[in-house]
Amino acid sequence: MSLLMLENTTIRFGGLVAVNSVSLEIHEGEILALIGPNGAGKSTIFNLITGIYPPTEGNISFKGKSIAGLSPSVIAAGGVARTFQNIRLFGEQTVLDNVLIGAHTRGNWDLTGALLQFLPSVRREEGRLLELAIHCLSQVGLARKAYEPACSLPYGEQRRLEIARALAIEPALLLLDEPAAGMNPHEKQTLLEMVRSIRDSGVTVFLVEHDMKFVMGISDRIAVLDYGSKIADGRPEEVRANPAVIEAYLGKGAAQ
Amino acid sequence: MLPAITASIDPYTMQILVNIGIGIILALGLTIITGLTGQLSLGHAAFMSIGAFSGALLTIKTGLPFYLTILFSGLISSMVAAAIGWPILRLTGDYLAICTLGFAEIIKVVFLNLEITNKALGLTVPTPASALAMPLTVLIVVILTIIASASIVNSRFGRALKAIRDDEIAAESMGINIARYKVQSFAISAFMAGVGGCLYAHFLGYINPSDFGFLKSIDMLSMIVLGGLGSIPGAVLGASLLSAAPEFLRFMSQYRMLVYGALLVFLMVFRPNGLLGGIDCAELVLRKLGVKPRSAARKQEDTQ
Repeated sequence: MSLLMLENTTIRFGGLVAVNSVSLEIHEGEILALIGPNGAGKSTIFNLITGIYPPTEGNISFKGKSIAGLSPSVIAAGGVARTFQNIRLFGEQTVLDNVLIGAHTRGNWDLTGALLQFLPSVRREEGRLLELAIHCLSQVGLARKAYEPACSLPYGEQRRLEIARALAIEPALLLLDEPAAGMNPHEKQTLLEMVRSIRDSGVTVFLVEHDMKFVMGISDRIAVLDYGSKIADGRPEEVRANPAVIEAYLGKGAAQ
Repeated sequence: MLPAITASIDPYTMQILVNIGIGIILALGLTIITGLTGQLSLGHAAFMSIGAFSGALLTIKTGLPFYLTILFSGLISSMVAAAIGWPILRLTGDYLAICTLGFAEIIKVVFLNLEITNKALGLTVPTPASALAMPLTVLIVVILTIIASASIVNSRFGRALKAIRDDEIAAESMGINIARYKVQSFAISAFMAGVGGCLYAHFLGYINPSDFGFLKSIDMLSMIVLGGLGSIPGAVLGASLLSAAPEFLRFMSQYRMLVYGALLVFLMVFRPNGLLGGIDCAELVLRKLGVKPRSAARKQEDTQ
């Protein structure tokens, strides 16, 4: 069953067509990678799915319901979590607080809860959120650093913290925007196993990545984007052999 | 016991203490919207003014019990904030600041021209018929405000506010409804400012719309910046220092405002994050008491 479906989704910024009539399906429980040269529109697709931009044309549906035009917070609360290409952590706050903010939609008590913290149900909820946050942190191996400020973590760990924060939403779909960027080979291997175990825990993963070795090693399916249009879609070995893909990456001569 | 203590303090000292108390309430109110939510308000004196005039009018016209007057002043102020906040909190940074500044000027001019607020003559406010003396009432409200602010900081609600302050796009992607939280934060902030204004009106016995101008807003902002933006103990300390400083510098007669300004400059040069900026006071106290909160928490995780 397809969890997320893009149907002829287009977005134009003035005269520029950043994403041109892309149709894409993400099946439940798979790892789908989106690749393409720089400026192909990969991050824009993420921004469309998460509601940062509404599509100019076409539709996006999640779990069978249209989410096109909804606000980012509503889409996130519905179970779509994401990380960012340029890390967007709450830097001054502790690692744990970052993940607790991620767990925001898992709680209900608002201002009244803040003012009546002594109520047992408020305390229970707070305890539950804390447990969830610690669980997410241990999933990415950062539980030991819970009380350090997020900005003090090394780069690779900041990327993992973003994943933990996204997991705290308890999402059905996790969007990872270049999760391996700036990581060394060892960190990439750890990340690969981590993403697999996240998928095995029942979260569908959709990722944008430039590192081909990483993409080939992890994906069940790969979609290729070039100049805003989808040029290929299939299993890794099919995509690797696709002439259109080779042309987009290496130029016309290489495809022949 | 407390009434006995308040009775033994001489009126001059008492006046300074009450001023400090009102300053703390106002500073904590501004901390919620500017310190925690990161939305710069340069017109907070307007909400103080709304609270002061509605409180004064409630006492004059209806003679409600004083504690209800305080509550209603806060509510009226927060309702105005919610109404004005819904459109203007879409703006960010400088634009929002200018907007709040303009709003405060409008409120001032409106009060200067309304018949009911006695135009430029201002209102004389009768001493409220209350079971508790004024200083005690202020003390109680200060304590309640501190408790409320500290509770907000350490809650799901407060975390959402801090997330908005640090990165709106990331906060939105975590499912936080930014517009709603900003308006709520603004309303709570205005509630506290309104309560502070109501106490101010009844304590002073006379209010004039010109008392709540731009300088008053800047006073409030200086308090929280001096104490450390976003820090509750910082706001209390900043408000205490700045409310008391003009009095303690009185012996310098006409030079006192000069020294007061120089003090502010020096403090900002040597502690740019404010006196208590970046200091976790709760942890500091716990450590002094021999508890090591961080390592204790870490040990707990290791056993899991």
